[in-house]
Formats: sequence, C-alpha cells, structure tokens
Amino acid sequence: MSLSKATVAAIEKQRDRYPQPRSAILPALWAVQHEVGHLSPEAMGEVASLLRVAPSEVEAVSTFYSMYFQKPHGRHEVLVCINVSCGLRGADDIVGHLERTLGCASGETSADGEFTWASTVECLGACGGAPAMQVDHHFHEDLTPERVDDVLARVRNAGT
Amino acid sequence: MAEYKLLTKDFGTERLQTLSVYESTGGYQGLREAFKKFTPESLVNEVKTSGIRGRGGAGFPTGTKWSFLPKDVFPRYLCCNADESEPGCFKDRYLIDESPHQLIEGVLIASYAIQCNTAFIYIRGEYHDQRLLLERAVEEARSAGYIGKNIAGSGFDCEIIVHGGAGAYICGEETALIDSLEGLRGQPRLKPPFPAIKGLYGQPTVVNNVETLCNLPHIVQRGGEWFKSLGTERSTGTRVFCCSGHINRPGNYEMQLGTQIRELLEEECGGMWRDRSLKAFQPGGGSMQVLLPEHLDLPLDMDAVAKAGSSLGAGAMVFMDETTCLVDVSMRLVDFYQHESCGKCVPCREGTYFESQLMHRLERGEASTSELATLAGICANMDGRCFCPLGDTATWFVMSAYKHFGEEFEAHCGAGECPVKARSVAMVA
Ligand SMILES: Cc1cc2nc3c(=O)[nH]c(=O)nc-3n(C[C@H](O)[C@H](O)[C@H](O)COP(=O)(O)O)c2cc1C
Repeated sequence: MSLSKATVAAIEKQRDRYPQPRSAILPALWAVQHEVGHLSPEAMGEVASLLRVAPSEVEAVSTFYSMYFQKPHGRHEVLVCINVSCGLRGADDIVGHLERTLGCASGETSADGEFTWASTVECLGACGGAPAMQVDHHFHEDLTPERVDDVLARVRNAGT
Repeated sequence: MAEYKLLTKDFGTERLQTLSVYESTGGYQGLREAFKKFTPESLVNEVKTSGIRGRGGAGFPTGTKWSFLPKDVFPRYLCCNADESEPGCFKDRYLIDESPHQLIEGVLIASYAIQCNTAFIYIRGEYHDQRLLLERAVEEARSAGYIGKNIAGSGFDCEIIVHGGAGAYICGEETALIDSLEGLRGQPRLKPPFPAIKGLYGQPTVVNNVETLCNLPHIVQRGGEWFKSLGTERSTGTRVFCCSGHINRPGNYEMQLGTQIRELLEEECGGMWRDRSLKAFQPGGGSMQVLLPEHLDLPLDMDAVAKAGSSLGAGAMVFMDETTCLVDVSMRLVDFYQHESCGKCVPCREGTYFESQLMHRLERGEASTSELATLAGICANMDGRCFCPLGDTATWFVMSAYKHFGEEFEAHCGAGECPVKARSVAMVA
C-alpha cells in the first residue's frame, strides 16, 4: 500500500517549511499514522525518500517516541495517567475499572477492536483535573468510573 | 496578598483565543511598542533590568541568556519550549489554552530582541488540541501582518513554526529538544557548546519556556523597573503555580513571588481536602525534593526554596495528606524516570532500572532492610554522574523522602504489604 496523494502532499508541505528537510520527520510520521493508523515499514520507507534520508533513520526516530505505533491499534486510543498527582486522587481505581470494562491489560486492545488503552507513567499535564485520561488526544478530567463509562460510550457511538 | 494576575488578567474573557478579542484587551500592543521604543540591544537590556528568570525549571536570567549570542552570527533561532512534561506541571497548557496569542506575541518580542527570523514552538505530542489552537492562532496572526515580512511596518521579518513532539519527556531538555527538532531521536547534547553558541542547525539558539515568553508583552509595556517591583529582589514578577494533590481546589494560580506558600495553599487552593492534615509537599515538579509542613512558611522565592533543599523548578506544587505513602509516591516518580530515560548514558539507563525494580519490591513489602542501603548506593552512583539532569533528578525525590521519612521506608521492609495503605484502609473501615 502506498500513501495517499493528500498525505504525500502534506509531508512535502511540511518538508518545505523547515530550514532542513529532515526536521519534517516527526510531522511526517504524524501524517502517516493519521492515515494508516500506525507506522508500517513501507510507509516509513516512503517518508524516507520524500525527506531524502535513509529508511533506517526514519525507523530509528519512530521507535524513540512513545506516541508512534509500530503495530495496528484499536479504533480509539485511551491513555490514563498514573503519575503522582493522578495517583493521589484515585488513578489506580480508574486503571482497575478500565481493565474490567475493556477486558484487557494496559497496552492491549479490547476484543471488539474499539479501544487500545494504556496506563502511562508520563504525566499528561492535567494534574489540576486528576485523575485524568486522554481519549483520541482529548483530555477528560476529574474522572470517576461512571465518567469513564460515559466517555467511552460517547466515543464508541460517535464512531469516529 | 492574594492572586496577582499579570499574565492571567484577561483569562476567561470570551473568545480571548481569537485575534480580535485578544487585541481588544491590549494584545499586540507590547509588540508594537517593542518596535517603537526599543532597538534589539536596548530590549535585551530592558529584559535584564526586569530581573526575570526562566520559568522552565532552571531559573536562569532571561536577558543574560540572550546576551550570550555571538555578535554577527546569523541566522539565529528561538525555540519556545512547550514540551511541559514535568510531573505536576500544567501551567504552559493553561497559558496556551487560555491565550495562544499572548504566547505568540511573546515569541515575536523575543525574536525581535535576539534578531531571529524563524522561531519554533516545540509542543509535546500529548498537547494535540493545544497545538491545533496555536496553529490556528499563528495563521490568524499571519493574516493580520504580525507574522511574516515587515511585521506591523517595522521592517522586521519573522516566521513561526509550531512543531509537535511525540511523547518523550527528555525533549524538554533544551539540547534534546534541538535534536528532536532536527528530526533525530531526542537525546541531550554535550555542553559546551551551549545552544547560544551552537544550537539548532549549528546556529546560535535561544530556548525559552512558554511562561517566560508570555511575560514579555507586559515587561515591554510596563517597563523592566516596574516588573522588578513585583516579587522579591532575586525572584521578580509573578509565577503561575500548578497546584494539585489532596487539596480542595486544584488548579493554576498566578502569585506574586515572595508570597508565603501557606497562603497559596490555604487561600487559593482552599486548604487540604477532607479535613485532613498536610504530610508533605513537592514544589517544582517531579524532579524536586520533598518538603514538610514546616516549610509552608517559606516565601515563593527561588533562592529561599533552594536554601530549604528543594526548588521552585517549573512551578508545580503537589500537596499530600496524612494518608499518603511516600514510598508509593517515590515509586511512581522513579517509574517515570525509568520510562523516560533516553538511554544515552549508562548511570541513568541502568540506574533508573535498578531503582525502579527495588522501589516496586519495597512498596510491596518484599525488600529487606539491607536493600535500603543498596537504594542509597544506586542513587549516589547516579546523582552528579549522569549525562544530563534527568538521571540526577531521578534520585532527588526518593532520597529526600528517605531522609525525612526513613521510618516509613524501613516499615515497608519485610512487611509483605504496604504498611501505610494497610493502615489507611483500616482507618476508613
Ligand atoms: C529532563 C529535563 C526536562 C525539561 N523539560 C522542560 C520543559 O518541559 N519545559 C521547559 O520549559 N523547560 C524544560 N527543561 C529546562 C530546559 O532545558 C531549559 O532550561 C528551559 O527550557 C529554558 O527556558 P527558560 O530559561 O525560559 O526557563 C527541562 C530540563 C531537563 C533537564
């Protein structure tokens, strides 16, 4: 599979903004992940040729950053913060609740393919609304198990 | 003294995120005045006069940092550090969410002062919505002539590129940020040369925090002398404190520096929750040392807090009540550093791994008393021996907690469970 014209155009546009094309690797990988859902070796190869660097360099960059996926994920991404501020206000209960409702461990995808979820030690920067999570990059704060259920139901029904 | 709103004065105004509303509150007047009243050199001096020190953690005087750029070497770059990933910090996100144009105005003023024509805003990947907000604001500012060629008729040109990260705390460290911006794995570089001499693309570069830059429109408009009248002698101005943990009203509060920490806790944060008492707190962020209730009388002053053995760092304040297990808190922080270690140097890469293994055993009550000495030994072999401060600071909280709460650490040894949690459960039952 090769990247769509729109994604290629987006990557070329990014490339031309920077003093050096290599700087566009991160935005290019975001564009790929947005289209494909993860970073396939073929797509990374295309990024490499568009940015005029070796494919191995693109791969090396991609594995350094935790938000790039090397494998397909579920349709929605759930990230629960378990760092100190969230931990102090009940993040472990939220983690337990997700394990039960999604029926899988942190880092895995629910059987219906809807949600890949993970607890993250990387503070999400939402300590004032702890405990907090992100679903498809949007913040949800002051969580309770009921609020988590609401958010997941809304996301599932919206189907985006 | 209650909250003192300088940066946050207009926050909450409807649609402040749009250019027209921002302008109606006096927005971009600072930039216009900077062009009118100052040459780049005199602007650097004005910022020096203000005494402002960086809000990103290290507290380095901003004007002084700018003056390190070698003369006549161009191009120069400005990188706004919006990587905010320090545990407990959420002020930069707030500053962007509420007023993206204030940050853009600050970026432009700094760019003019250091004569940079391409500025970058490096924003962490998790702040996806904030990145989109900034990108929209940049477009709006560009169409109004604040970004691009001959800005507001001044003859000064500047482009701003918003660059999204992808999940790596280390990219907040200024040289790792530069590597990441160059399209590399974000690992710190050897200093010297410092970024001011050889930074992005090998050119002179200034890295400044979001909040530092947001102060600039105000310093320009009201003057460095006025700014200096706020705060204390060596901690001038205000700071936005990110308050979280066991308090009644978590959130961001902008305080004049020099205010007592107790006032921040009791008046702004509404005191400790559930009528419980304070056991400990962590100022500055996940990297900084633990402080005790007796330290509430300290002023919010960088030097005073440093003298007490910790730091105002990046402005976090995490308050912990009497039910908190300091071993558990230490373990969470150590896990964070272990996960975020970039792997470049051995003491950090291996040290955080051993630290984390040991902290988990300790929290479960499985470690023996002699392992506490092992923990101290691991930390002693890391602190001051790592390539960058990430590895050093991975030891600071846990070692300060061990020092002040040694009995709690010892009580975990061989207990077969976490004794603090067991006690809290018994208390509730
Ligand atoms: C591991 C590590 C992480 C850091 N993270 C950040 C960050 O997220 N934001 C920030 O502004 N500074 C961060 N810093 C500090 C930067 O290296 C740098 O000092 C700062 O951006 C300079 O800006 P200032 O002078 O305006 O404070 C970090 C430093 C280290 C060692």
